[in-house]
Amino acid sequence: MTERERNWLMVAPAGVWLLVMLVLPLSVVLIFSFGERAPAGGWVPAFTFEQYANLPARLTAFQNTLTLAPLGTLAALIIAYPLAYQLAVRTDPRWKTILLVLVIVPFWTSILIRSYAWIYILGGQGLPALLEIFGIEGVRLIYTPFAVTVGIVYGYLPLMVFPIYVALDRLDKRLLEASSDLGAWPLTTFLRVTLPMSISGIATGCMLVFILLMGEFLIPALLGGGKVFFVGNALVDLFLQSRNWAFGSAVAVMLILVMLVTVTIYMRLIARLSATREDVSIM
Amino acid sequence: MKDKSYISKQKFMEELRRYEKGSVTRRHFLGVTGLGAATAVMAGALPGLRPSRALAGSHIGDRVVLATWPNYHDPENFETFTEQTGAFTQVNVFGSNEEMLAKLQAGGSGWDVYVPTNYTITTYVDEDLIEPLDMSKLPNYDPEAFDARFADAGIVDGVVYAVPKNWGTTGIASNTSHSGGAAIDSWKVFFDRTMDDFSGRTMVHDYQLTTIGAALNYHGYSFNSVDEAELADAEKLLIDVKPHLFAITSDYQPAMRSGDAWLTICWTGDGKQLNTDIPEIAFALGKEGGELWSDYYAIPKGAPHMEAAYALINFMLDPEVNAREVMAHGYPVADSRTNALLPEEILNDPILYPAAERLDALEFGAAATLTDPNRAELLARFKSA
Repeated sequence: MTERERNWLMVAPAGVWLLVMLVLPLSVVLIFSFGERAPAGGWVPAFTFEQYANLPARLTAFQNTLTLAPLGTLAALIIAYPLAYQLAVRTDPRWKTILLVLVIVPFWTSILIRSYAWIYILGGQGLPALLEIFGIEGVRLIYTPFAVTVGIVYGYLPLMVFPIYVALDRLDKRLLEASSDLGAWPLTTFLRVTLPMSISGIATGCMLVFILLMGEFLIPALLGGGKVFFVGNALVDLFLQSRNWAFGSAVAVMLILVMLVTVTIYMRLIARLSATREDVSIM
Repeated sequence: MKDKSYISKQKFMEELRRYEKGSVTRRHFLGVTGLGAATAVMAGALPGLRPSRALAGSHIGDRVVLATWPNYHDPENFETFTEQTGAFTQVNVFGSNEEMLAKLQAGGSGWDVYVPTNYTITTYVDEDLIEPLDMSKLPNYDPEAFDARFADAGIVDGVVYAVPKNWGTTGIASNTSHSGGAAIDSWKVFFDRTMDDFSGRTMVHDYQLTTIGAALNYHGYSFNSVDEAELADAEKLLIDVKPHLFAITSDYQPAMRSGDAWLTICWTGDGKQLNTDIPEIAFALGKEGGELWSDYYAIPKGAPHMEAAYALINFMLDPEVNAREVMAHGYPVADSRTNALLPEEILNDPILYPAAERLDALEFGAAATLTDPNRAELLARFKSA
């Protein structure tokens, strides 16, 4: 066996995996997107760009998704960072493990069940009823964009907390002391030492949350009361309700393209940031 | 030696079904998630839940797979069926006819019996996804006993493909403590008040058939219209109404119960359940029209347990069994033999058995309505507006 053959053999498992799990399913989606809807729903082979020409019909869904995904990511970051900071920098090591486990515990239950819990918390008999006791009346929470944001932050929080936690945990705490000894205010220390050194964690967390949010459909459907419509919801309806597989595939291909573009821009930005700092990488 | 803490298979199944009944009640919930199907698949995959082969001595095999709607059977009837035949009924619960059709079109469903609604049957026949029924294997089906109105859709070109299960209507549930005491019984009032004093309190289905149908009824058009001008009028109404809606969801019971919402498009069974628990929530049919529907038992092409499928349908059509079903799920039947066994208060219930002249204003959903791509696109525009 030559070295060349051996190399091929070593690469084979990964190659087969990529072929079966990535190339084949994506090819099916691509082929379907050039087909047509059968009269009673489903798919018939064809070669037409009609599905792509129809894409403007789902423009609002793309707009909603491209607004929500960055906003949701930002909201999750703002909530997650102080939590991760507290856990990594301020918490006694004896408590760290148990507190970290507490962050993951909700993940052991399906997001579906947890979203249903939020329906009751945000519903008229939940928080609004509590606020009424304190004299604040007429608050509407459930089935609003606010409810969707709460659901998203709640659902994706651990994905944001962990990468940031890891980055901050690796941070050499003596640097903070040094900064303080050299006369920096706590805020200056944070902005010039802590934050830059946790950029890698922030970048990873944002990436994870953003990518998953782009395909989100359950939280808008359950907490948005069906009035908040994302690409994910459009896809569910196209495949399960109107059974327009051809158009559904075109929407899916478009979503993948949009993701490729946004993620590429994002990675460029991070790369530029890390060009000035060798310890920053995104994954 | 017997362990006292051991839970019997039967007991466990009862508990499981109770759990399913309590937690998995809503078409929308299931439609969004497929959780019902997952639960059923899991139940089928746990060997301890199946009757042992020793018990299953009968010729029909040890199981029958049923695809149906949530809360649509009396679990005790399945127990009895298993005792009589040795075949365990594996229940797959679905969220919508479209989803059911999509699964059968994709192939390999593994179902033996399913429960299509009237307007889907011709599509199943066209797509060659439904088995013509051998009536000699269904001695409990007596065509004479069934109201033809609810049995006709099962017969296509003279061939019986499906036999009636239950029927019902799509009407309006309103919380009368906010509507001035009277039930809202008009689609005109439904949408006008949504844009007025019910603003932020109304729900419509996340379902093109009923939501677009209601908007068409508002304008006095047919519930089934696929006419472009009429659909444009319906779309304008829906877009105008949208900012005033509480939600677009087919899972409307929780919000009606909590008092967050006061008005919703509503199916018979939900209307009955809401009214029973909260008497001020009334159910009424829209006087301009609305939907009348009928569900059927049918066998998909290539069902793996064909004999068991016939046995289950025949068993369910036994009037005694069927009457127990009605008592459990609260949907009316079209079988006069079954109705003869039901208590007066059910037969006289205006929600379950509305006066005949009210039914005459209603329409059955049409196959063209279900598959019309323009209606599907209209709903997508409404939801994303």
